[in-house]
Amino acid sequence: MTARPSRLREKAEVLDTAALDRALTRIAHEILEKNGGAKDVTFVGLRTRGVTLAQRLAAKIASIDGASLPVGTLDITLYRDDLDMIGAPVVRATDIPFSIKDKTVVLVDDVLFTGRTIRAALDALIDLGRPKMIQLAILVDRGHRELPIRPDYIGKNLPTSRREAVAVRLTEHDGEDRVVIEEPEEA
Amino acid sequence: MGWTRKDLLTIRELEAAEILTLVDTAASLQEIATREIKKVPALRGKTVVNLFYENSTRTRTSFEIAGKWLSADVINFSATGSSAAKGESFVDTARNIAAMSPDVVVVRHSSSGAPALLARELSCSIVNAGDGAHEHPTQALLDLLTIREKKGHFEGLSVAIVGDIAHSRVARSNIHGMKKLGMTVTVAGPPTLIPPYAQELGCKVSYRLEDAIRDVDVIMMLRLQQERMHAGLIPSLREYSRYWGLTLDRLAAHARPDVLIMHPGPVNRGVELSPEVADGPYSVILDQVSKGVAVRMAVLLLLAGGRSGEAQAQ
Repeated sequence: MTARPSRLREKAEVLDTAALDRALTRIAHEILEKNGGAKDVTFVGLRTRGVTLAQRLAAKIASIDGASLPVGTLDITLYRDDLDMIGAPVVRATDIPFSIKDKTVVLVDDVLFTGRTIRAALDALIDLGRPKMIQLAILVDRGHRELPIRPDYIGKNLPTSRREAVAVRLTEHDGEDRVVIEEPEEA
Repeated sequence: MGWTRKDLLTIRELEAAEILTLVDTAASLQEIATREIKKVPALRGKTVVNLFYENSTRTRTSFEIAGKWLSADVINFSATGSSAAKGESFVDTARNIAAMSPDVVVVRHSSSGAPALLARELSCSIVNAGDGAHEHPTQALLDLLTIREKKGHFEGLSVAIVGDIAHSRVARSNIHGMKKLGMTVTVAGPPTLIPPYAQELGCKVSYRLEDAIRDVDVIMMLRLQQERMHAGLIPSLREYSRYWGLTLDRLAAHARPDVLIMHPGPVNRGVELSPEVADGPYSVILDQVSKGVAVRMAVLLLLAGGRSGEAQAQ
């Protein structure tokens, strides 16, 4: 929910293609372990890259466990706490074509920062039904939380400064699988 | 494209990209209607006033539901039984409403340009919900959303708009929108009901229903107002219906099998549309109504949902 500085340059690579894939494989195993299997587990990804990550986690679980878990898409724009501070909102569709009632919902996002996006996502999810449990899976936790939110599954813990940005690049959107840390150019 | 306007007054003044922003936003918001709990918090604490100087069930209700689903407080103000009936002028009434600090005022008025007048007078956002024979932008937007959902795109589609074009704000808003989005528009009706502006806007004009509906992707039938008969513009309803009524026989003989039949409502069954056509498989009239709520949510959200300082800078 934080506006990025306009010009950024790459400072360091955090995860390369293989490391990103290993992190997702590990999270998939952890999800199965924590929930005692895949029964009643559903995925909801946050637009845009969270959805892609959720689809990959579901594919990994399918190859490990054979279970085909549903993946939904959540757009949290209508639940943001800073609607008054941004320009006209850009809303994209929420598409969760299955009931989340009494299910374990694994919420998936690429980067966890202030926690405000997840707060909005929790409100949005609960408006759609009453899940049995909501868990949070994050590829990169970069710290600087402003709300009491803690992920259940973390690909990589990455201490950052506030002026830096974390870019998760996924083949489906960016042509490569990589996570990099970026800093403002004038620095 | 980002939305930066304070008001939504006409389709004419919008750029194609702005029309698409509205249509895309509405498409995204449609999902809310399918939820068990049809409410999102986006406009919590915002106030929407419906200021209707003309009768309207569909449009007013649709704006009211749209505002409520976005968690705005919606107040309906109709001219009958209000201070307007006691002789207060339009602008005075509006100023009094503005003094209660609404975020959006939705206006319907029988005079063309009334919403534009309010937009100049008041600092809150104004939405034109139909002004005289001028424009009805939200109706055009819901028609466009319906067309895109059924046909998948806009560019290159052909549309016939049939009936009383001259007095129709729906036709005018749609013509502006469709031309901007790369569609071909044919207007058709008795010569007395075809306005001179049609050709200026690049529409083809046809005086025979059978020619107008041939090979088009969409047929939009307009409501025939009975007053037109009394004004001498058509000889009789029966004659109008005979030449301009869309029947199954005419459709089968002249239109494409996948044509969409649209109508802004309320339908005069048996005049411009035969009941079999209105209820038939090509008719998307009820789709139009449900899309109306999504479009009005999109309009309210884009006008009132963003940073108030920027969107309402004068």
